[in-house]
Parts: sequence; C-alpha cells; structure tokens
Amino acid sequence: MLRSLASGEQNLTELAAPLRMSFPAASKHVRVLEKARLVRRRIVGRTHRCRLHAAPLKKIAEWTEGYRRFWEERFRTLDSLLQEMKAKDAGRAGAGR
Amino acid sequence: MKIVGALKVTTPSDREIALIRSFNAPRRLVYEAMTKPDLVKRWLSGPPGWTMTECRIELRVGGAYRYEWRNDDGRTMGLGGVYREIVTNEKIVATEKFDESWYPGEAVGTIVLAEQGGVTTITQTILYETKAARDGVLKSPMEQGVAYSYDKLAELLASRA
Repeated sequence: MLRSLASGEQNLTELAAPLRMSFPAASKHVRVLEKARLVRRRIVGRTHRCRLHAAPLKKIAEWTEGYRRFWEERFRTLDSLLQEMKAKDAGRAGAGR
Repeated sequence: MKIVGALKVTTPSDREIALIRSFNAPRRLVYEAMTKPDLVKRWLSGPPGWTMTECRIELRVGGAYRYEWRNDDGRTMGLGGVYREIVTNEKIVATEKFDESWYPGEAVGTIVLAEQGGVTTITQTILYETKAARDGVLKSPMEQGVAYSYDKLAELLASRA
C-alpha cells in the first residue's frame, strides 16, 4: 500500500483493487498505517482519499545519517587497506615463482 | 550483482541493525583485515579526531577482544567482548559492550562473509537487548556526524580562502 501511495494520493477503492481486498479490510489496513502516522486519510463525500505522510519516514532516514556516514568512512578506509593487501599478495606470489 | 562501495544500513527487526557492504577483495583478505590487530587498527579508527590505541584479539570461541580509542583531547573509549562462534573466512559472532554503557546490557554482533567472483559481501548484524538500545545507537553518532560534516566544510572553505 505504501509503495502504491508513493506515486500519489489515491482513494481507498483504488488502493484495495490490486490487492483484491474488500473495502472494510483495506480500511482496517489503512487505519493501522494511520496509527503509525505513515498515511493520512481524508474523507471526501463517500471516498476516502489516502496519501503518504512522509515525515516519519524521512525522520528515520535522518536519524541514521550519522551512523551510516561513520561506517561509510570506516569501510572506505578498509577499501584502501584491502587494495594494499592485494598488491602485497600479488607481489609475494610473483616472487615465489 | 553486488555493487562494491555502496553501504546499506537496514533494521531487520526492532532490536537489530544490519550493515551490508561489498568489497573488491577475496574473502580471505577481508577476514584477515577484520581479525588481525595490526590490520584492524588501520581502518577501525573512531570518529574523526580519534585513534585506535589498543587492539587485542584472541580469535577463538571463548576468547576475548578489546578495542580502545583515544581522542586528541584525551578522552578515551573502550569496547570489548567474547567470541561465541568462529568459522574462518566465513563467520564471526561475538558479544560487544562499550565501557561507557551508552546502552543497557550487551549486544551480539554477527559478521558473515560471502564471496562471488573476487567480490566479498559482508553482512554485519548487531542485535541489541532492547529496541531503545538499538534506536539509541542509530541516533547517537548523529551529533558527531553533523559536527564532522561542518568541520569538513570549514576545512574546505579555509583551503579556498
């Protein structure tokens, strides 16, 4: 459902159709997503318009920025070390022959 | 096909963090770089400003490891644990705990190495005792990360002046 909403606001019937869900079942699912603050719903007449509430998803990505950057730096240094080790290995193998 | 150099950070469960990264090197060398103290010291430095001052590894089940870092300003950080499972070139499972107890309890780290055509993919999963501990770890280096990027910016601007 989230993936589907990533392309834009849809009403509940449109969301439910590809998933072959009944309206009440789909509504229940959306309610769970609403509770998790991932989806926002507004009722227009008899349609339930649903759209992604991007803020919580963005927050999680922001949280992990520092953590990810830290490991990216460490692994980049490891990349260089590994190239050095490979060169040494190749050198050793050559000398052995 | 694994893209070398791209780091993936995921949360496979609410108590875990997983890091997935591929390297252009055979598994044997990646394993060595992760288990030989002289080599670990070369890349596992702390955040900028920190150097690894101690690296002791008893690579056997039941053996202990100990890492220590020191900052330019004299602050120190320590991490240690015990190995639970070791499969040479393939898998390392060990407990981990920081001296400073940023999170309650102990964590368990699992590193799995898989090689395909000279490219080694490591999957490093750390399991925390609680979701709060896991979330705290994900959030905490942020300040350092932000400070680091401002430092880098300052450096860059100074070099252009």
